[in-house]
Amino acid sequence: MRDRNVNADAIAAMLPLLPATFHILVALADEDRHGYAIIQDVAARTDGSIRLSPGTLYRSIQRMLEDGLIVETDERPAPEDDDERRRYYHLTALGTAVAKAEAARLMDLVRMARARGLAPR
Amino acid sequence: MYRWLLRLYPASFRNEYGREMAAVFARERRDTRTAPGMAALWLRVIADTCVNAAAIHWDILMQDLRYTLRTLRRTPAFAVTAVTVVTLGIGATTAAFSLADFVLIRPLPFLEADRLVRVSEERPGLPRMELAPANYRDLKQMAASFEALGAYRGLSVNLVGARQPLRLQGAAMTADVLAALAVRPMIGRPFAAADDVDGAPATALVSYALWQEEFGGDPSIVGRPVRLDGEAYTVIGVMPPDFNFPSRGAQLWTAMRFVPADFVDRNHNYLQGIARLRRDVSVDAARTEMSMLAGRLQQQYPKENEQTGVSVIRLRDGVSPQSRTLLVALLGAAVCVLLIACANLTNLLLARAIVRRREMAVRMALGAGRERVLRQLLTESLVVTGTGGVLGLALAAATLPILSRLVPTALPIADTPAMDLRVVGFAIALTMVTGVAFGIVPLLQHHRDRAGEGLREGARSGGSGREGMRSALVVAEITASVVLLVMCGLLLRALWTIQAIDPGFRLEHTLTARTSLPMPKYETLGARTGFYDRVLSEIRALPGVSSAAYISFLPLGDMRGGIFPVGISGRVESRREDNVAFLRYVTPGFFQTLGIPLLQGRDVRDADRLDRQPVAIVSASFVAQFFPGQEALGRRFDFAAATREIVGVVADVKIRELTGVSEPQVYIPHRQLPDRTYEWFAPKDLAVRATGDPLALVSAVRAIVQRADAEVPLSDIQTLEQLVDGDLASRVTQVRVLGAFAGVALVLGGIGIHGLLAFAVSARVREIGIRMTLGARRADVVAMIAKRSLSLSAVGVGAGIVLAYVSGRWLQSLLVGVSPADGTTFAVAAALAAATAIAGSLRPALRAARVDPVTVIRLE
Repeated sequence: MRDRNVNADAIAAMLPLLPATFHILVALADEDRHGYAIIQDVAARTDGSIRLSPGTLYRSIQRMLEDGLIVETDERPAPEDDDERRRYYHLTALGTAVAKAEAARLMDLVRMARARGLAPR
Repeated sequence: MYRWLLRLYPASFRNEYGREMAAVFARERRDTRTAPGMAALWLRVIADTCVNAAAIHWDILMQDLRYTLRTLRRTPAFAVTAVTVVTLGIGATTAAFSLADFVLIRPLPFLEADRLVRVSEERPGLPRMELAPANYRDLKQMAASFEALGAYRGLSVNLVGARQPLRLQGAAMTADVLAALAVRPMIGRPFAAADDVDGAPATALVSYALWQEEFGGDPSIVGRPVRLDGEAYTVIGVMPPDFNFPSRGAQLWTAMRFVPADFVDRNHNYLQGIARLRRDVSVDAARTEMSMLAGRLQQQYPKENEQTGVSVIRLRDGVSPQSRTLLVALLGAAVCVLLIACANLTNLLLARAIVRRREMAVRMALGAGRERVLRQLLTESLVVTGTGGVLGLALAAATLPILSRLVPTALPIADTPAMDLRVVGFAIALTMVTGVAFGIVPLLQHHRDRAGEGLREGARSGGSGREGMRSALVVAEITASVVLLVMCGLLLRALWTIQAIDPGFRLEHTLTARTSLPMPKYETLGARTGFYDRVLSEIRALPGVSSAAYISFLPLGDMRGGIFPVGISGRVESRREDNVAFLRYVTPGFFQTLGIPLLQGRDVRDADRLDRQPVAIVSASFVAQFFPGQEALGRRFDFAAATREIVGVVADVKIRELTGVSEPQVYIPHRQLPDRTYEWFAPKDLAVRATGDPLALVSAVRAIVQRADAEVPLSDIQTLEQLVDGDLASRVTQVRVLGAFAGVALVLGGIGIHGLLAFAVSARVREIGIRMTLGARRADVVAMIAKRSLSLSAVGVGAGIVLAYVSGRWLQSLLVGVSPADGTTFAVAAALAAATAIAGSLRPALRAARVDPVTVIRLE
């Protein structure tokens, strides 16, 4: 999936990301997941403070598919873990680039806040 | 339950993710164990669904809008045509609706206006006669149906005390009129019972416009003294701006103050009755009570009240049947235009849908759900109709001032209908219905398409059923334009017929004006004669004036009544209306000034004085009526309180209306009008015949009147032509409005037939190419297209003629004798419609003729 031509302008145009979008990108960074797994991953990482609703999740997924940040993947896990209703989503090169750019943007913000004593060093 | 919630999402989204979302929800439910947790989960899910479903719908709408704007920009001809078509349709319908709503539907501008009724006397053949004061008084005492019953009469007075002497119109009313209408002055107080008794100080209310224009909006006007026809009045208040009672433009109201003498004669009918029904009383109940009371009065006064009943009608129903017919016709015409517009729009969208079948099929093949394609098409249709709707509303607002001339003057409403929320709401509803209903037609076509079909290269466009529907729409358009053309043509013929009527006097080079003589200053003959002699001699001395004279009321002016009984010894006439004649007092030179031929005898003279034999000049119709086949000169008859001798006979003139017959007229020398008698008839209408432009004389005439008496207002200055044209103004407007509608319909019809044939030709290019390869000549191809066009227009014109004949009969009351089956009108309308059809088919026919068979075959 590295065939996508990643264009800096296209990435910049997508920032800043909606929090839900960023969380989904992060959830897919290490492995392909299906919808419910994404919800669980986000909840686990945020100690349950962010729990994506199905509506928000799939609306975000629809948009991210259209924007090319993620794709549906045909690779399925071992049959015993699989459920044919589930669809798995995979981060694209563009998705990775956008997630990195957003992380960098957030780090810049934190750095600025830190310089003024607004965040712990 | 959750599945039901999912239905809030767009189908495309639901089909894609619904199952997974349900699965996620099921897992969450499994993880939730407590009842409060379950409740919280449901609340969260419901809120989540509402927010996200709305957001997704919005996303799709935005996407569709962007797509629509892109496609419309790619096909500007379609976009412009479709928007124009909708603009014309919605504009015409909205304008006609706001007028009809204003005049026919909307409640009159009074509190609980449906409780307001008119009360009148009725006699056989006279359904709505004015009330006699004595009958009014008795009815008022006995009636139990009304919360308030008041009476008023028209008033026309000279006002002195504002910036300049003015001639004002309004009403004298009893104190109960304002109570019945439930209207209060905006400043000051209404008439109280104490203002309305014999001997009470004279009081007046002024209109908002008069207050602004002539009193500078001065709030201290209350209590201000003014002189009305020489009598001192006190202004007690200013009425609100929208008070147009009894009719549009009323400026002044005074208290009635009956004197005992008013109640003597039960056959002197001059009061209009207006009442407010009690809350629990219906119009029918009031009618029953009134006819019972009328019966009682008949018994009490068997002679005076013979066959006299009392009628009660709603104030709202005061619109004449002709005005109603006209407005309904207008509405009908507008609906015709709208239907034509819709038919055109459908045709345009259909043609477009067929052209875009491939595009749609591709989109569906790429996975766009049918629902998404349908939504997209609906969005497109709504964008087109929405733009057209906004423009149409603007068009309606722009044309309303012209249409407002069709508002009848007899209703107590303002002259220009306002564009209010109702009208805007109507336009929006109309736009939505048009957009959805006619956007759906092409969608239905899509539904019939199987997804694969459109993909085949060269797929033949438009099956025969589809062609049939489009042809039917074009036929309907032609039919409707023929109907409108015939209606317009009939009204135009009626207008021409009236314009061709000879009023009996010469219209050109004549200036007319009114100098209303204030009473009682001019109640004596001596005072009047001094004024007339001075004014007329000075005017006659002006350069460019060939003659000048005075008359009580000019024919076809604002006063068209003034009928008195004629008595001839030995003649007994059973029917009253066969025994009357118009009364007019004139100064010498009147007939010469108006160009009315003197057929026999002489004009009135200064020597015809009160101490001489009373004389009269009569019209030819008078002679025909009362002395048929006899020598009229020297004959005597009783008329207007004297026995008069006929000294002259003049030709007939139209007095009441151009279309009516000429009724008998009697002209009496003004010097034989005694003091304090028939003051209303004292000559006050001035006519000046000029050698050049009559309007050039206005300032000189004004100066002469001003010098003769600064208290006499000069009003109603216009040429005789303008005076008579005023009579035709509403007819001219009728013709123009219907003409505009017919024109729009014709243009739309032309666009329709052009669109249909252009499309048919491009769809059949291959067939045409093959035919030409097989030996068909260009002429044959053109003939094939022309045949199609002509057969469609023949069907449309035929149906149109039948419908037009039916509608024409219904318009008959407006046609002044022009036959609703007028052959010329029908022929011209049919020819125009056919010509438009042919014009519309020219370009497609030429295009078909230019088809190059070689290119076409090679493409195959």
